[in-house]
Amino acid sequence: MTALALSDFSLVTCLGAGRDQTIAALREGRSGLAPCTFETLPLDAYAGEVAGLETQPLTGEWAGFDCRNNRLAALALHQDGFMDNVAAARARYGAARIGVFVGTSTSGILETEAAYRRRDPAGNLPAGFDYARTHNTYALGHFVRDYLGLKGPAIAVSTACAATSKVFASAARMIDAGLCDAAIVGGADTLCATTLFGFHALGVMAEGPCRPFDAARNGISIGEGAGFVLLERPGPRHDANTVLLLGTGESSDAYHMSSPHPEGLGARRAMAQALAQAGLEPSAIDYINLHGTATLTGDAAEDRAITDLFGSNVPCNSNKGFTGHTLGASGVVGSAISALAIQHGFLPGSPHTNRLDPSFGSGYVLTGRPARLSRVLINAFGFGGVNCSLVLGRAA
Amino acid sequence: MRIYLEGVGLYGPGMEGWTHAKEVLAGRAEHLPGPATLPPSPLLPANERRRAPKIVKIALAAGAEAFTAAGRDPAHTPAIFASSGGDGDTIHDILNALASPQRELSPTKFHNSVHNAAAGYWSIATGATSALTSLCAHDGSFAAGLLEAATQAAALGEAVALIAYDVPYPAPLSAVRPIGAAFGAALVLSPSPSTAGFARLGLTLLPGSHAPSPAASPALEQLRRTTPAARCLPLLAALADDVAAAVALDYLEDMALMLNIAPRPAAGWQDPA
Repeated sequence: MTALALSDFSLVTCLGAGRDQTIAALREGRSGLAPCTFETLPLDAYAGEVAGLETQPLTGEWAGFDCRNNRLAALALHQDGFMDNVAAARARYGAARIGVFVGTSTSGILETEAAYRRRDPAGNLPAGFDYARTHNTYALGHFVRDYLGLKGPAIAVSTACAATSKVFASAARMIDAGLCDAAIVGGADTLCATTLFGFHALGVMAEGPCRPFDAARNGISIGEGAGFVLLERPGPRHDANTVLLLGTGESSDAYHMSSPHPEGLGARRAMAQALAQAGLEPSAIDYINLHGTATLTGDAAEDRAITDLFGSNVPCNSNKGFTGHTLGASGVVGSAISALAIQHGFLPGSPHTNRLDPSFGSGYVLTGRPARLSRVLINAFGFGGVNCSLVLGRAA
Repeated sequence: MRIYLEGVGLYGPGMEGWTHAKEVLAGRAEHLPGPATLPPSPLLPANERRRAPKIVKIALAAGAEAFTAAGRDPAHTPAIFASSGGDGDTIHDILNALASPQRELSPTKFHNSVHNAAAGYWSIATGATSALTSLCAHDGSFAAGLLEAATQAAALGEAVALIAYDVPYPAPLSAVRPIGAAFGAALVLSPSPSTAGFARLGLTLLPGSHAPSPAASPALEQLRRTTPAARCLPLLAALADDVAAAVALDYLEDMALMLNIAPRPAAGWQDPA
C-alpha cells in the first residue's frame, strides 16, 4: 500500500478529552480506571468512564442521533481542531471525495436497553425511539458523515474489538482504488449493560482494575473511547513529525468464537502481514502497542505470538491499564496513543501491572520513559477470531 | 473499477439456491414466496449447528453455494460479511434479560450478538484464516459490502467473497426496524478474468440522489424494498437473464452504486485485467 499521512487525529477516553490531556496522563502514569458506578455489577469491577456525557446531549438538527455513543463521537470530533482540519480537507477535495470509515461494536444499544425497560404493558417500545440513528451499527457512520458535512462513501465496520483497526485498511484500499482522496477513520464504543454483563457472563471481568500481562491478572476492565483520524496522501502540508500509516495486516483464527488461538497463530499472521506491507523486518519496530486486555488466555496467546515473531527485545505493552478495554474503539485508541508516543518521544508505562507473568517472554515495559520511536506496531483482536495489526511510523 | 463474478449463492423467500433462484428471477419459473428452506449445512459440526443463530445459517448456506460454484477454497479467500444489523433474535433475548430483575446473560448469546458472528462461524467452519470483515451501512449494506469486496480484491490481486444477509427482527424491535424476510446472497469475485468468471461488473459511485433499479416483479420489488440484503436483486436479475445491463443499487441517501454488468463473451474476455 501507499503510505498515508495521519494529517490530524483526536481522541477521548477516561484519560481526558483530546491529545494534550491524554499525553499528560500517559507521562504521569495516571490511570483513568475507577470503580464502576455506571452499572451495578455483581463484582467489584472497574471501568474507564468518560465524565460528563450525561450532560452533553446532541441537540437541534442532531437531536435524532442523540445517544451516548454519538455524544462521545461528537466530543472527540470537537477536540484538537479536528473539525477545522476536516473542513479544510473538504475545501481541498470536495465533500464527495472524502470517505467515512468508522468502527463500533455496540453503537447506541444503550438507548435500546433503556427503551426495553420502558416498554408499555403491550410490550411496545416507547414513542420517539430512533433505531436507525442510535441502535443501528451504521448510526455512528451516518452521524459522523453528516456532522462533518461529508458526502463520500461510508461504512461502519463491526468486527468486535478489532473494528477501528480494520477501518484503516478499508480506507487505504478505497483511497488506492481512487474512490476517495481522503478518509475519516476511527470510531467509538461506550459503556452499556450489554457489554458489562456480557463480559461478566463470560467470566472475564476483573475484580479491581485490569492488570495486563501481570502474573495475577484476572480479566478486563471495560472503558469507553472515541478517536478519529484524517487520513490522506502525504504532501507539502506534512512534516517530519507527521505520523504515517505504513502497513495493515488482517487475519482470522478459525479457532473459537470468544477465545484466541492458544499459540497466537492468527495474531502472528496479522502482525507479519502488516510488517510485510510496510516493508519492514521485525527488528525495525521500536514499540508494540499490545491488545493486552488482561485475560488469562488472551495475554498468553499474544505474548506467544510476540515472542515468536519479535523475540524478547522489542519494547511492548498495553494501554488497557490506563484506559480500560474500549472494545471496538481499542484500535483507534491504541493508534492515537501510539501516534502521541511517536510525536512526543515518550514510551508510556502500564499502570496496575506490577509483576509480569514469569512464563511470558516478550519485552513488556512497566514504567514510562522517554524514547525515540520511529516505527510502532498496534494490535487489536476480537470475538470471532478476528485480528488486525497496523504499523505507524514517523515521516522522517 | 472492474471485477469478475465467479459464483453466486442465494437463499430467500421462494428462492432456494442460485440454480433455482436464477429461473425465478429470469421469469422462467414461478415465484412462490415462503421462507427459504436451508440445506443442512455440511460446514457446521453438530454442536455449532445447535448454537448458531438463524442469521449465521443463512449466511453460511449462501456463502457455501457461491464458493462451490466458483470452485474456490474458502479457507484461503478473504470475505466481506454485510448485514444491516446482525442477529435480531439474539439482541432481543439479551435486551429482554437486561430489562429483567436478574440481568443474567448467556455467554453464548453474548458472543453470538456481535455483528461479525457469521464471519466467526464461517472462519471456524471453513478454516478461513484470511481477512474476514463484517460491515454495515443500514439499508445500503449490500452496496457497501460490494465496494469493500471489490477494493479488497483489487488491492490484494486475489479473489474476495461478499456474503450479505438479513433476518427479520422479533417484536418489539420489528416495529421500529421492519425487515421483510430472511435473505442471504453471496458472490465470489475475482480481480481478473478466470475460467469460472461468467460476468464482469463495472462499479461507479454516483453522488446525489438516484432512484434504484427495481426488481423483476411486484413481489420481488416488495422483497427488495423491505429487506436490505435483497437490494442486490436488480443485479441478480441481470445475471439470471445473462444480458448486459446497467443497474443502480441503493447505497447511501445521497449516493448510489452504479453497476455495469457484462456477460462473458463467447470468445472469452479480451480486455486486460
